Amino acid sequence: MIKSTSIVSLLALSVCFFVPQALAAGGAVHLEPANLEQDNKASLRRGARNFMNYCSGCHSAKYVRYNTIGKHLDLSEEQLIDNLMFNAEKTFETIQTAMPASEAAVWYGTAPPDLSLMARARGADYVYNFLKGFYLSEGSPTGVDNLVLAGTSMPHVLWELQGYQTAHFEEHENDDGSVTRAFEGFEVFSAGSMDAEEYDEFVRDTVNFLAYIAEPVRSDRRKLGVWVLMFLIFFYVLAAQLKKAIWKDVK
Amino acid sequence: MSRIEAEVGKPQGGLMKWIDDRFPFTKTMEHHVTKYYASKNFNWWFVFGVLAMVVLVIQLVTGIFLTMNYKPAAAEAFASVEYIMRDVEWGWLIRYMHSTGASFFFIVVYLHMFRAMLYGSYKKPRELIWLIGMMIFFVLMAEGFAGYLLPWGQMSYWGAQVIISLFGAIPGVGDALVEIIRGDYSISDITLNRFFALHVIVLPLALIGLIFVHIVALHEVGSNNPDGIDIKKYKDENGKPLDGVAFHPYHTSKDLVGIIVFLMIFSAVVFFAPDMGGMFLEHANFEPANMTATPEHIAPVWYYTPYYAILRAVPDKLWGFILFALAVVLPVFLPWLDRCRVRSIRYRGWMYKTALSVFVVTFIMLGWLGLQAATPTYVLLARVFSVFYFAFFLLMPFYTAMDKTKPEPDRVVYHD
Amino acid sequence: MTEDDLDRNRRHFLTVATVATGVVGAGLVAIPFVSSLKPSARAQALGAPVEVPLGSMQPGEMVRVLWRGRLVFVLRRTEAMLAKLPEGTDNLRDPDSTEFAENQPDYAANDTRSVKPEYLVVEGSCTHLGCAPLEDFEVRPAEGWGGGFFCPCHGSKFDLAGRVYKGVPAPSNLRVPPHRFVRDDLILIGQDTGAA
Repeated sequence: MIKSTSIVSLLALSVCFFVPQALAAGGAVHLEPANLEQDNKASLRRGARNFMNYCSGCHSAKYVRYNTIGKHLDLSEEQLIDNLMFNAEKTFETIQTAMPASEAAVWYGTAPPDLSLMARARGADYVYNFLKGFYLSEGSPTGVDNLVLAGTSMPHVLWELQGYQTAHFEEHENDDGSVTRAFEGFEVFSAGSMDAEEYDEFVRDTVNFLAYIAEPVRSDRRKLGVWVLMFLIFFYVLAAQLKKAIWKDVK
Repeated sequence: MSRIEAEVGKPQGGLMKWIDDRFPFTKTMEHHVTKYYASKNFNWWFVFGVLAMVVLVIQLVTGIFLTMNYKPAAAEAFASVEYIMRDVEWGWLIRYMHSTGASFFFIVVYLHMFRAMLYGSYKKPRELIWLIGMMIFFVLMAEGFAGYLLPWGQMSYWGAQVIISLFGAIPGVGDALVEIIRGDYSISDITLNRFFALHVIVLPLALIGLIFVHIVALHEVGSNNPDGIDIKKYKDENGKPLDGVAFHPYHTSKDLVGIIVFLMIFSAVVFFAPDMGGMFLEHANFEPANMTATPEHIAPVWYYTPYYAILRAVPDKLWGFILFALAVVLPVFLPWLDRCRVRSIRYRGWMYKTALSVFVVTFIMLGWLGLQAATPTYVLLARVFSVFYFAFFLLMPFYTAMDKTKPEPDRVVYHD
Repeated sequence: MTEDDLDRNRRHFLTVATVATGVVGAGLVAIPFVSSLKPSARAQALGAPVEVPLGSMQPGEMVRVLWRGRLVFVLRRTEAMLAKLPEGTDNLRDPDSTEFAENQPDYAANDTRSVKPEYLVVEGSCTHLGCAPLEDFEVRPAEGWGGGFFCPCHGSKFDLAGRVYKGVPAPSNLRVPPHRFVRDDLILIGQDTGAA
């Protein structure tokens, strides 16, 4: 009798699990995984430096305070001031950009977005592929386009490091006569100061930092979670014994 | 009276008597706790009512603390949420508990409702409990909807845009109604402000009131059990049902175990996956509301998606709204749609068991489809499952009446 | 002992242990909720130490600044003012600032209640009920007034070192906030150690 309900639920759950799996094939632009090491503080510190050197000129991270970064990445006040704080005087300030938003909007068409939450809103993989996805494109005001965000108004800021690349597309004619363009691969146009592997590392560190500022508390919450669960397991053992002892007489 | 009950009912001191002469404290405690007898053969399906109370408390407490730092104004709302997440000490924990709690409220309530369908808890004499329960569910849906606007992210804004526009489908009064809901010509600061009032005052008050009535009604007729039979038929010389055990300490000790297991799962989400892969906290909601650009893929939060899938399956605005509303409201009529003689699924025939299985699959599939982009295949699937959804309710009077039932036992089945 | 007694003991022990664990758990949960009520990172940032330049300040001049939303007086005392301080201490409630040690940092627990005798730094908040005292530096021997601060709310009086007079509602001397001289002509209010 207990069986009938269990079977109903099991059957239902298994169907629900498998059908979506079968249906969920296909997708949009293929994103290469960023493979972040989110607890690697050396990588995060490099990412912080990259961010301040290459991103913070145009992008703010207005919810992030320097001293929070210092606390989480083991940086002293002097290190923060000397290495990261180009636009700020006090460590409790948030990361603002030197460029006024109104001017930026005139120069680029749109104001460069705040990056506090970018990695969380779009996903780390997205940002990773975006930073690797600039290719030469004639007719674009910045001279480049992006594979992940077509028509982006952001110029290829990291060209000195990565160099320039061109993208190759294969055109397929569909049955209805329309044409689909499929991305085939990048080709180096001019080399930058970094080789492909170094550049990947550079971008990975930077994205790692962006993922960190999107949720600075991530590492703390996971550590605390282990303690909370251990406490609850202990509580469970006691409560389960108590329940058994109280129900002992019930026949 | 068993030994344990004798221990619990300790002699009352002078203060207790003083209070009892002025307020029915002991009487209330006995009626609802120490002498409320519920069947001894409850399985774990019967824990979800208590768990719903636990989530309610979590939501109320965390909600109160969130209001201390949240700013219900379009210009400041998004930043104030990030302020809570970053600048307020432990604010992240309080916010994650609240956002996770919202999803768990629905998980628990859906399972609580499913329990009623498994064991016929809505059938006579518990129809009114079910009706009040459905009202709680409606208020909860409104509460979740109002709350989702508050972070003022892209999903908050555009989700609200879609759902509020839905009311515009009502002929004649639609447009006026939409303006009254929004208080403006589009969703704006004004809308946010009033949704805040609804979310933190009006709806929680309604929720608490309805839950109170729900429990009073339940304790009047007594709890159902997995066998769906009346335990009051056989009583001992003190008038205590032979198959019942006192809520305290028996069910309280058992519920505590359930609560701890629940808290483990809840904490696992809060501490290790608060986004739940974009299900509990949607990615697009980490971007501030932008009136000029709809996110590419827009879907309500998962707990509304079964109904949303039905809405989307209908290629007509008015009929979409009607079927959507019908899908939400239909369960209200379960006590009268169900013509079966027995309550529990244990003694029902194959027809109801099949129907309920299909219904569960349907509900989950609709929920899943509501989260996906509306491709032609998915819309077709959603139509098929929408038919199943309505068939489950509308055909119920027939298949439950035709179903062959097994004989119910006289006393509840209890395994030690 | 009978088996029943053993059961009862075990049940009693488990009940106590479970309830105790639950209470401890509830206490632990309360910590983040109570902590969330403390000044946030933003409040701390807004309440950061305040710099007061002294370069253009003349003897006898006073400036008002806000530190953490609290009014602070910085007074450059004249020679005459300083000379008056040791006089008439009988009329003061706590002339040596010993009664309420928490009302000034150790480095200001001296005769002039200051780091440098010339500069008085006190909170402009009456220790009675928090009104802002008014300055009144005019000496009026006829009234027995040697100059100082006067609270308009309930008539409390303080001398030029912020010391409270006897017979007024305020119980203690004006508080001296933490402060230090970054340079000879620059005071930092709100911080007394570490780098600027």
